Amino acid sequence: MAFLVERPGLEGIFQRLRGLGYELVGPTVREGAIVYDSIRGAADLPAGWTDVQEGGNYRLKRRDDDALFGYAVGPHSWKKFLHPPRRRLWQASREGGGFEIRPEPESGRRYAFVGVRACELKAIAIQDRVFLEGQYPDPSYRGLREGAFLIGLNCGQAGGTCFCVSMDAGPALKSGFDLGLTEVLAEGRHYFVVEVGSEAGAEVLGAVSHREASVEEVAAAQGVVAATAGQMGRAMDTAGIKELFYKNYEHGRWDEVADRCLACANCTMVCPTCFCTTVEDVTDLKGEHSERWQSWDSCFTLDFSYTHGAGPQRASTRSRYRQWLSHKLATWIDQFGSSGCVGCGRCITWCPVGIDLTEEVAALRKPSP
Amino acid sequence: MAKRKPKLAVWKFASCDGCQLSLLDCEDELLALADEIEIAQFLEASQAVVRGPYDLSLVEGSITTPQDAERIQRVRRVSKHLVTIGACATAGGIQALRNFQDVKEFTAAVYARPEYIRTLERSTPISAHVPVDFELNGCPIDKGQLLEVIGAFLNHRRPQIRSHSVCVECKRRGTVCVMVAQGIPCLGPVTHAGCGALCPAYRRGCYGCFGPMESPNTESLGGWWKRLGVPAEDLVRVYRTFQTGAEAFRAASEAHDKEKG
Repeated sequence: MAFLVERPGLEGIFQRLRGLGYELVGPTVREGAIVYDSIRGAADLPAGWTDVQEGGNYRLKRRDDDALFGYAVGPHSWKKFLHPPRRRLWQASREGGGFEIRPEPESGRRYAFVGVRACELKAIAIQDRVFLEGQYPDPSYRGLREGAFLIGLNCGQAGGTCFCVSMDAGPALKSGFDLGLTEVLAEGRHYFVVEVGSEAGAEVLGAVSHREASVEEVAAAQGVVAATAGQMGRAMDTAGIKELFYKNYEHGRWDEVADRCLACANCTMVCPTCFCTTVEDVTDLKGEHSERWQSWDSCFTLDFSYTHGAGPQRASTRSRYRQWLSHKLATWIDQFGSSGCVGCGRCITWCPVGIDLTEEVAALRKPSP
Repeated sequence: MAKRKPKLAVWKFASCDGCQLSLLDCEDELLALADEIEIAQFLEASQAVVRGPYDLSLVEGSITTPQDAERIQRVRRVSKHLVTIGACATAGGIQALRNFQDVKEFTAAVYARPEYIRTLERSTPISAHVPVDFELNGCPIDKGQLLEVIGAFLNHRRPQIRSHSVCVECKRRGTVCVMVAQGIPCLGPVTHAGCGALCPAYRRGCYGCFGPMESPNTESLGGWWKRLGVPAEDLVRVYRTFQTGAEAFRAASEAHDKEKG
């Protein structure tokens, strides 16, 4: 069953969440882009803004309506909250002849994410697989993930670098949200069709003014997401993609892309599924206190594959780009049971020289130059 | 008997003193530092000099005169560990612009009696003269990184100084890419991290003051800058600043110089 919340009623959902102790984070305009940051309420949302995206290019643009979610994904992803760029793992101090380790307490932060796209929900599900399953679950990620309230969003606007349809990751919400919104602006009205995805979602919706959505309103919402599916700026043929990579380790295209690749690591930083980190131990000058910090790292850095006595295993940019793309699209399937790509297009837009993985995959399908 | 404190020396060659000042800028940490090491030679801070040898020498500045070419040999002989600090000591500094020109023309233009001036044809980094144990780059260096390097030497461990791009620092702090979102030319993708991505946080492009990153692809970035409307003569100039003597930046400036014809 779908419900209806009028545009002004959205604020009630936000304030209810704040009342429940959630830290509200969502899209807002900053530094010439729509980023994810702390917001106080609906007034901070990017009303009337959209973005134009191409390889290596992003520009904000005014819409001719007041849509709150009328943009595609920006430079940030939700991983910056669930898997923070830098965090302390533990501290140690000298005590007498030995030392004492103090583990880092869990942050206890409870986020409410506003406007999580289908591709992003899929990315979160992929990171759940990485961080929560297997022998060594990540307690920090688990705490933040379990504490989070997710307001999903049926995408009403695809960008020039979007290809979630190819990756079977969107634009329609399937599962994994507490509340699922579809924003509708039609016939002079501005409203949200709301699906409930969890008990917590039902409780929050129950606290604000809503009613059952009419058949026409539900159809209008379905029309929005269907239109978005037709707006994809990119496409990727994923048929037999694992074998494509396994057969083409020596394809000439790797040399060609390595000429353009800056090995700057931007693609991995903006990717909502890339999860690699490094740890650094810092000491005070006295050598009495030390701390271990974890930071986002990237397979594009030389240190990433550095081994003692042998140096970096992936010294060339060719080998690093090949490692990243092969992992993302092929070996990820063997490792985690799904592709590592959700078709959000961030790596294309935020590559400083516009390298486009959909083009690279298409080139790999052609004979080696 | 108390453990002997390691002796620290700070040496100046052709430079502006800014990197040495980073040590004085440590302020709060300076007292802790003085507890752990004996600051044996640091003329910027004190005229009192303790004789060598020294456990750790921090060397600022490039070699531009015959006297300095000899003096750096003496510094090396009295130093157990020698660390260069800053763009001058690591890459030759802004004064390495002379390397592209005839230095005699400069001295003739500047000095009334150029025959009194004894200077070398080129400004060279310390590593061109003596073995260097670690190079800390930046113009000026970052004081946090300086303390990290000193701490690492005191604790006999490898300094945690990453050589990847500035982009990683932008992304970690959540700064929106100024080149992608605003079309501002930025050297971040080819520049060594360490500053914490300061300039892009203030909506300016990186101008490369920490020198080349570990695998700089200046050719690809240059191609993109041209699409942003930057002419080849400007591309020559952006690589001819504080890090002009760094090999990758020198080569990039010369490649663009050829393009402009």
